[in-house]
Amino acid sequence: MKKFRVVHYINQFYAGIGGEEFADYKPEIRDGFVGPGMALTGAFGDKAEIVSTIVCGDSYFNENLEEAKKTILDMVRSVNPDIFIAGPAFNAGRYGVACGTICETVQKELNIPVITGMFEENPGAEMFKDKMLIVATRDSAAGMRAAVPTMANLALKLLNKEPIGASIEEGYLPNGTRVNFFDKERGSRRAVDMLLNKMAGKPFTTEYPMPDFDRVEPSPAVKDIKSVTVALVTSGGIVPKGNPDRIESSSASKFGEYDITGVNDLTADTYETAHGGYDPVYANADADRVLPVDVMRDFEREGIIGKLYNKFYTTVGNGTSTKNSKAFAADFAQRLKNDNVQAVILTST
Amino acid sequence: MVKEIERVGIPVVHVCTVTPISMTVGANRIVPAIAIPYPLGNPTLDVKEEKQLRRKILNTALVALSTEVDGQTIFEVK
Repeated sequence: MKKFRVVHYINQFYAGIGGEEFADYKPEIRDGFVGPGMALTGAFGDKAEIVSTIVCGDSYFNENLEEAKKTILDMVRSVNPDIFIAGPAFNAGRYGVACGTICETVQKELNIPVITGMFEENPGAEMFKDKMLIVATRDSAAGMRAAVPTMANLALKLLNKEPIGASIEEGYLPNGTRVNFFDKERGSRRAVDMLLNKMAGKPFTTEYPMPDFDRVEPSPAVKDIKSVTVALVTSGGIVPKGNPDRIESSSASKFGEYDITGVNDLTADTYETAHGGYDPVYANADADRVLPVDVMRDFEREGIIGKLYNKFYTTVGNGTSTKNSKAFAADFAQRLKNDNVQAVILTST
Repeated sequence: MVKEIERVGIPVVHVCTVTPISMTVGANRIVPAIAIPYPLGNPTLDVKEEKQLRRKILNTALVALSTEVDGQTIFEVK
């Protein structure tokens, strides 16, 4: 029997090239499997094989979107695969967005099935879950062992044009498509069971999750920027040198509040980044590249803004849960409000 | 974080490189930045040019803060 031909897309980290310092790595195609492709190959058995692996740095992909898409599409086309698999990306944001973007492009341009995998809070999941099958993974590479067989199984179903079951059975992120089926228990029974579990404080699963439309109306514009206090906030992890509060390099559990009274410029001797999700060389050399205190001070002196708020808020937006980020910001937003700050510039890496 | 700031009624501008993520998260005022490890800089420029670039981006950020929007808006740096 003919083996299906698979092309696998991974980032520089999973290819063993290196971490953030190699995130600018340009796309390249290699024969056979690389890194996590080995486990996928094992799961495919004699049914499919990875003919080529495409490796691309996460920053390169996201910063050179059109060029990266075109180059990678040409590479995929050149080996004529039956299916395209990307990741899994777990909770790596740029990797997840890259996987989703390139899957969407391949699906559209080459008309072959695609599949990827990521954690539900990965921004790529929200962007692409209704456009392709995204296997639900844990938030870190520790979930590789569980993710691989699910991805391989779904890939083979797609290749064999077998029907795909409900997301909860097959292990992909719900994509909004409804599948009719007969359950073992009738509805009234399931509803009462659910209610009893809920009353007893036991876990239960709703059959109709409410859609999550978390949108906030834009605040009115600042009337006269020359007369207001503007604050700086960042998810780029800028902290005083030495990271006094020990903000974690990923999955941050806290934010920092630091006084910048009298600080006109962030230097390599005084500030650095605690962020573990991008190459820290540039921010460590000059943290103004992420938290622009120098120019904001110029604006203040020149009367372009009223005042720069004398504190900044910072955390590390690297695999940090939405729940934590929301709690951090709800806390410091109230402090900003109490101090009559009227505008915020929030920078992200 | 942008949404929590906006929720207390303070206008906020999100300066970031991967603007599709910012759109997905729900920022209302967005200014595209230079690169992931140096959103408001460019180490290939000399110090003076780099600061000039940073100033240009922040000028756009101030324009964004001073502009009424009725939905998610990306303000390109000119």
